[in-house]
Amino acid sequence: MENIRITTVTNQAEVNQKQVDELYEEAGYWHVNTGDQVIHSKRMPGKYRTIKWYTASIWLIYFFGPYLRWGDRQAVLFNIPNRQFYIFDITIMPQDVWMLAMVLLFFAILLAAVTSIAGRVFCGYFCFQTVWTDIFTLIEEKLEGLPTQRRKLDEEPLSARKVRIKAIKHSLWILIGVFTGLSFTAWFTDAYQLWIDLFTFNAPMMVVITIITFTIGTYVLAGFMREQTCFWLCPYARIQGVMYDSETILPTYDKLRGEPRGKLKKGQPIEGNGDCIDCNQCVAVCPTGIDIRHGQQEGCITCALCLDACDSVMDKINRPRGLIRYSSLDELTGVPQIPLHKRPRVLVYFGIMALAIVGLFYGLTNLGTFDLKVLHERQPLFVQQSDGTIQNKYVLKILNKTDKDMSISINAAGPEGLITQGIKEKTRLPANKLSSFTVFLRIPKENLESDRSEITFRIHSFEEFEDSIEYESMFYGPQPVKREQHERNDHD
Amino acid sequence: MSEHNPFPGEKNSGHVWDDNLRELLNEPPTWWRIGFHASWIFVVLYTLMYPSWPLINTHFKGVMGWTSIEEYKQDMGAIEEIRAPFEDKIKTLSSADILADEELSNYVVRSAKVLFGDNCAACHGSGGQGNVNFPVLADDDWLYGGTITDIETTIAAGRQGMMTAHAAMLSTGEIDTLANAIIAGNIASEPLYAEKGCIGCHGADAKGMAMMGSANLTDGIWRFASADQLASVKYTIAHGVNDASDAQSRNAVMPVFGGGKLSDTEIKKLAVYVHKLGGGLQVADATEGATSSTP
Repeated sequence: MENIRITTVTNQAEVNQKQVDELYEEAGYWHVNTGDQVIHSKRMPGKYRTIKWYTASIWLIYFFGPYLRWGDRQAVLFNIPNRQFYIFDITIMPQDVWMLAMVLLFFAILLAAVTSIAGRVFCGYFCFQTVWTDIFTLIEEKLEGLPTQRRKLDEEPLSARKVRIKAIKHSLWILIGVFTGLSFTAWFTDAYQLWIDLFTFNAPMMVVITIITFTIGTYVLAGFMREQTCFWLCPYARIQGVMYDSETILPTYDKLRGEPRGKLKKGQPIEGNGDCIDCNQCVAVCPTGIDIRHGQQEGCITCALCLDACDSVMDKINRPRGLIRYSSLDELTGVPQIPLHKRPRVLVYFGIMALAIVGLFYGLTNLGTFDLKVLHERQPLFVQQSDGTIQNKYVLKILNKTDKDMSISINAAGPEGLITQGIKEKTRLPANKLSSFTVFLRIPKENLESDRSEITFRIHSFEEFEDSIEYESMFYGPQPVKREQHERNDHD
Repeated sequence: MSEHNPFPGEKNSGHVWDDNLRELLNEPPTWWRIGFHASWIFVVLYTLMYPSWPLINTHFKGVMGWTSIEEYKQDMGAIEEIRAPFEDKIKTLSSADILADEELSNYVVRSAKVLFGDNCAACHGSGGQGNVNFPVLADDDWLYGGTITDIETTIAAGRQGMMTAHAAMLSTGEIDTLANAIIAGNIASEPLYAEKGCIGCHGADAKGMAMMGSANLTDGIWRFASADQLASVKYTIAHGVNDASDAQSRNAVMPVFGGGKLSDTEIKKLAVYVHKLGGGLQVADATEGATSSTP
């Protein structure tokens, strides 16, 4: 009895051990680079390489945009201390910042829409991490040579040559980092003045800190972290991964066509083998060091460089291109593909994007030249004046959104006999500033029908800005019931 | 223990549990070590730069000599610097001149709020709305005059209301008649008004005299406002204001704020602030109001 139980337990343990071993064996094939090896990827010309250069060049705007002028100021300037955003001839102030929400909404949904259609297009073609790393590795290749030479150089003992090459490389990287930080700063302060300030050592602390932070960030992220950023640091990489579905087109290895893979024998493929000749070019060119033939995986930023590599090999062995191609899971498994306009997700995304655009358009066309807020004095709500009128006090906050002084009139409309006090017929409203005015309104007591009457302030601007704005407020008075009591007392 | 180590050649501490669970002697991850060393280096540098270590009678001051009170003083200095041009002007100008200058009076309205809150709001309310038995400052009815100079005098020298208690001089019926006429707003045409000598202080038109601080009896604004205004008026007639001979007399005293309690500049600021609360009179208005007939 005892023996049998022990045997069963042992058998059970063996089975468990076997399953565990199998798991580990499987994991052994599953290679994930956690930064212990530097990826030296090969550069190959091709269709997608060219597209990548075009998309990456969008970042030239980031570097050179701040130097554009518009009239006597920077064309695009985000002036944080003064809370004014200039975008060509539009001035956006804090109360218009809801439009920023529209912009963010648009881009967030654009990311979702594009990802659901064509995968991590942002990661592969536009992301600063990808683009900067691309430039950094280009510099590396120009200085150190091809991937094999680079690996050899890394393993070499220190020599004058190695130090010289490495020093130049790192200086160039840091220089790009500095320029990156400087360009970022230039969007928030006058770009030309920034250069003057930097060279005369007069730059504000904030500017210096920003540039240093960006320099370090660029140098570390694009120089050392590289694909590790996409693997472990970037949340968008993971978020986008879950936005795929079987209709999403992604760089995919056509397993049916490629397998079984095998190397060429005497320049000829072996009978019965697939089109993949196991040349490993797709792995060699991959900037994140993955093997696309294992299928879609977290490391793939869908940059499509493996497509270029595979196509050039297919050309050489006289096989049709597209062994690795943009393809959806549906296409590969033979499921009929749903056109874009019939995919509910895509339609919903585009609907939200359209809403954001409409909101933005409405906001930009209704900016107005000034803004009005009316605050009613609470203590006292009202006072009785000696001529029998009731007086209310208001503080009007009027914002001049233009960069020119304007002349305005302040009027109020309400119950009969309303008199406006404490304000001149024409008031100067300084440019780009919030000004506050104290206004007293008086209404004869007998004209007030309730303890609260509606009144409307109307601001009108003269001269070049013919514009007006209204604000509804309340006029408070004594309870009319009380008055009746007084009247009754009078008759006593 | 090492001789029984089932996993020799592996960097483990020799502690093995459950057949194959063992403690390894791996180095901590690089990122962790960088963080660890950066942390203690930060602590050392921070405590060197800023006030930190306690000593027996004092504390280590830090090599930068930074203190929070010094930083506060610097910040205050920066604010004073912005205020200086306004404050200098206010010192030399009269309250009327400050009121006439739009920029300066705006400065006062914003900056004297604290002064008003500290010295005036306890009785007159935070917005000059008054309190039970304390006058409203936001209206244009002034016992002692509402021009800027009148207000400044009131703040600097204080005021003492005075009205004789009439309980002994008038019958209850006469007090009733007078009080009802005041509430109805037609006291000036009441024969008793002149007959009993009210006219001497409150004037022929019953609009009061700023010189004496006597109240305007025709405008429906009450110095001693109450839910039952008729009773309040009767009480005032019967017991007077600040009449020493009547223990129940009304109390109406504005304290003196001049003579060192507040500086001249502060009094000027408060005068402008009160004037701008909503009822300050221009010099022209004041004279016009005194001569105009019943509206």
